[in-house]
Amino acid sequence: MMSELVGQLINLLAAILLMLSFAMISQRRILSLIHLFTAQGAILVAATLLVGYATHQPHLYVSAGITLVLKVILIPLLLHRVINRLDVRWDVETLINIPMTMIIGIALVIFAFNLALPISKLSVSIARGTLGIALACVLLSFMMMITRSKAVPQVIGFLSMENGLFFAATSATYGMPMVVELGIALDVLVGILILGVFMFHIREEFDSLDISHLEKLRED
Amino acid sequence: MTGLGVASQLLEIVMALLLAPLLSGWINQCRAWLQNKSGAGLLQPYRMLHKLFNKESLISEHASPLFRGAPYIVFGCMALASAIIPTLSTDLPLSPAADAIALVGLFAVARVFISLAAMDVGTSFGTFGARREMLIGFLAEPALLMVLFSASLISKSTSLTTIVETLAHRHLAIYPSLALAGVAFTMVSLAENARVPVDNPATHLELTMIHEALILEYSGRHLALLEWAASLKLFAYSCIGLALFFPWGVAEAEAPLALLLAMPVLILKLAIGGVLLALLETLSAKMRIFRVPEFLATAFLLAVIGMLVSILLGQ
Repeated sequence: MMSELVGQLINLLAAILLMLSFAMISQRRILSLIHLFTAQGAILVAATLLVGYATHQPHLYVSAGITLVLKVILIPLLLHRVINRLDVRWDVETLINIPMTMIIGIALVIFAFNLALPISKLSVSIARGTLGIALACVLLSFMMMITRSKAVPQVIGFLSMENGLFFAATSATYGMPMVVELGIALDVLVGILILGVFMFHIREEFDSLDISHLEKLRED
Repeated sequence: MTGLGVASQLLEIVMALLLAPLLSGWINQCRAWLQNKSGAGLLQPYRMLHKLFNKESLISEHASPLFRGAPYIVFGCMALASAIIPTLSTDLPLSPAADAIALVGLFAVARVFISLAAMDVGTSFGTFGARREMLIGFLAEPALLMVLFSASLISKSTSLTTIVETLAHRHLAIYPSLALAGVAFTMVSLAENARVPVDNPATHLELTMIHEALILEYSGRHLALLEWAASLKLFAYSCIGLALFFPWGVAEAEAPLALLLAMPVLILKLAIGGVLLALLETLSAKMRIFRVPEFLATAFLLAVIGMLVSILLGQ
């Protein structure tokens, strides 16, 4: 009964994760995007803790701790600093209009669910049903990176894609080996620092964070 | 059909008719408190209805019989809708008459008639109100259907009483699909009841109003019926929400004591729901009319995802 309830709770958290991914796609404001990203991180921490509790795997507590420090506290703080310094709180222009994006999103979700169905049948993990949701989150974040023209939302899309991958790893195989996990955590942190510096440089060169300016970068 | 069933059915209709204005009054009062105003009091909707029923109803000479008949049809639809939603008991003789799909159809009938009546006298405000109402309606209806289907997938039935019985009297289980459907349902009911992010019920500002534009030409007892129907609609939607997502406390068949308990539980749940609605309305700003399709498309997609999730997770 207890483990059944934990399993259902994990499914619920997975559904909320998917909902947050959709909310990020439909969100126009950068500030709200960062809030949604923080919420996504918090849900991820809760899900990891639950899987760790249900399967008695102490190393999942450690990875939940890392996620908490990194994705709920440190990276949102950094992102807030970046948008304050760059002064970019305005509405984000999307390349495709938002209802269209969401319809494509639905198609992606169906695709991901179908893709994950045979894989999750092989798995014996408590959260095997959520693999499809994790995959859908990854694809949705991918799409967010494609449909946004400004640098900051693209970075948030990248980070949320990492969230999806982390959730997929937790739900399918009870987490990656510790070394890999620490490596990824460090990578994400360094990545966000580099991307932050990069954003300042883009702004200095072009007076805008619009990525399309990069395409015109050639000597004439 | 038992005597108790008939009794609970009658009790439910009477309670819906009497409590619906109180719910509207409570929400307005909460809104006033949240905005640091003293508010008009809980009983203001009753005073308003009393005043309107005692006034003469003026009707344009160009109005057709449709214009006179529409308030009664709308009121009848809403009263019937409140009667088939299981709020107090799941033992309702009227409930086999209409399932979840027919319920949505009932709301649609009311919408069509109020829109036709608004266009009937030929004022420009009525016409644009009707057009906006239809714009919102045709987007909100599929979303509402999808929400109801998400719940139907769990209970394998579209009958509302069966859904509530399955959800309320099973052992505790968490349904992820209902979490998504709940968010979608909140968005749909905000749009359908002309609440803040979509329409502001407190204003008569010409360019933004939807619901008020529809009933602009009515006066006297017709207006009273329409206002009453509007609060009944809000009551019905709140009860659908409670029935789908918080069904605990609804009495089963052959349980007269549970029926007595169900009423205070329902009032408590409605009171909490009213506070939350007032909070939501105070926190959000009204959106542009062109953003409404996007808002409702989001609701529809969330409900669809809810169904997909319930299929994927096999619950």
